[in-house]
Amino acid sequence: MEVGRPYSSLELDREEGRTVEELKARSQSPLPEPELPPEVEKNVLVTSLDRFVSWSRHFSVWPVTFGLACCAIEMICTSASRWDIARFGMEVFRASPRQADLMIVAGTLTWKMAPALKQVYEQMPEPKWVVAMGSCAISGGTFADSYSVVPGVNRIVPVDIYIPGCPPRPEALLHGLIMLREKVKREAPIKLPRLELLIQLVRHMVGGKRR
Amino acid sequence: MTQALSGEELVQRIEDVLPQAAPEFTTDGVLVRKEALPEVMCFLKETPGLDFDYLVSITGVDYQDYLEVVYHLVSLQHNHSLVVKTRCDRESPVIPSVVSLWRGADFQEREIYDLLGIKFEGHPDLRRLLLWEGFPGHPLRKDWSPPEEAPTSSEENN
Repeated sequence: MEVGRPYSSLELDREEGRTVEELKARSQSPLPEPELPPEVEKNVLVTSLDRFVSWSRHFSVWPVTFGLACCAIEMICTSASRWDIARFGMEVFRASPRQADLMIVAGTLTWKMAPALKQVYEQMPEPKWVVAMGSCAISGGTFADSYSVVPGVNRIVPVDIYIPGCPPRPEALLHGLIMLREKVKREAPIKLPRLELLIQLVRHMVGGKRR
Repeated sequence: MTQALSGEELVQRIEDVLPQAAPEFTTDGVLVRKEALPEVMCFLKETPGLDFDYLVSITGVDYQDYLEVVYHLVSLQHNHSLVVKTRCDRESPVIPSVVSLWRGADFQEREIYDLLGIKFEGHPDLRRLLLWEGFPGHPLRKDWSPPEEAPTSSEENN
């Protein structure tokens, strides 16, 4: 699309179509799980300061609102008085990804929605976590073979916790979030892109020493 | 409760005014020729006593031999309803748009165009609605099959 020229909505649609096709072509298999190669594990110390920061962080993981389908109703119930997600310091569902560090993907993700999900994820500041809530978010669920549904959001964004169910009850979501809290508490706040950078750095340093 | 008008009676009334519509009585409504659809719809909307001022829904159906579009009309004034159907062939599926009569038809006709490929002549902005521009074909057609792609993870696991 040319810049500075008025464009029709059909051109906008074509642009969107290209975005969808491109993302679809790139997302034919799940993203790799972060994995520490031995040279990193042997050479990097996770300090007590990191643990302290992580520990303090796990008390208030703020989710961004990302309800896509019926699972969202259960997520809303979880935040209401009966199950009361506020007990975990998570009651502030942010409408802006800039202020959130958790994305609960609640519901069916379609290919047309996928670029938006990726964009919202990329707008969230690090460190950030993703929960795939319900069968559709995990694997596409009933719609896994459909022409319009992404078979698992782990093709678009890296997922930390998978909560099965169709939809999962609020208790299941809370259990998943408690597991996520444990993960946040223990995990050094390093996610995939930065991890790759660190691995490269350590490899460079180790290689340099050997020479 | 909304009262469903008798299709037989309306077939007669349409026949009197618009013989070129060749209305037929089907089990639950009136089947008209697509060429006369705008006139029939205008007649149903404008005639005092009928006053179908509200279009509840438009549905597209693939019957394999032909495509059918079903209009559910309601008159809020008289609290009665009617089903109107029209057909087109699969190879050149064109049906006149009714957006000029009911604005609510806009997105519904776009959805039918998107999923069944029926072109609504006279629609102000006929684009895909649910799928993205560049999607291959119209997936709700019975003979549609997805294009060959890399196998999905569920297939790999089986």
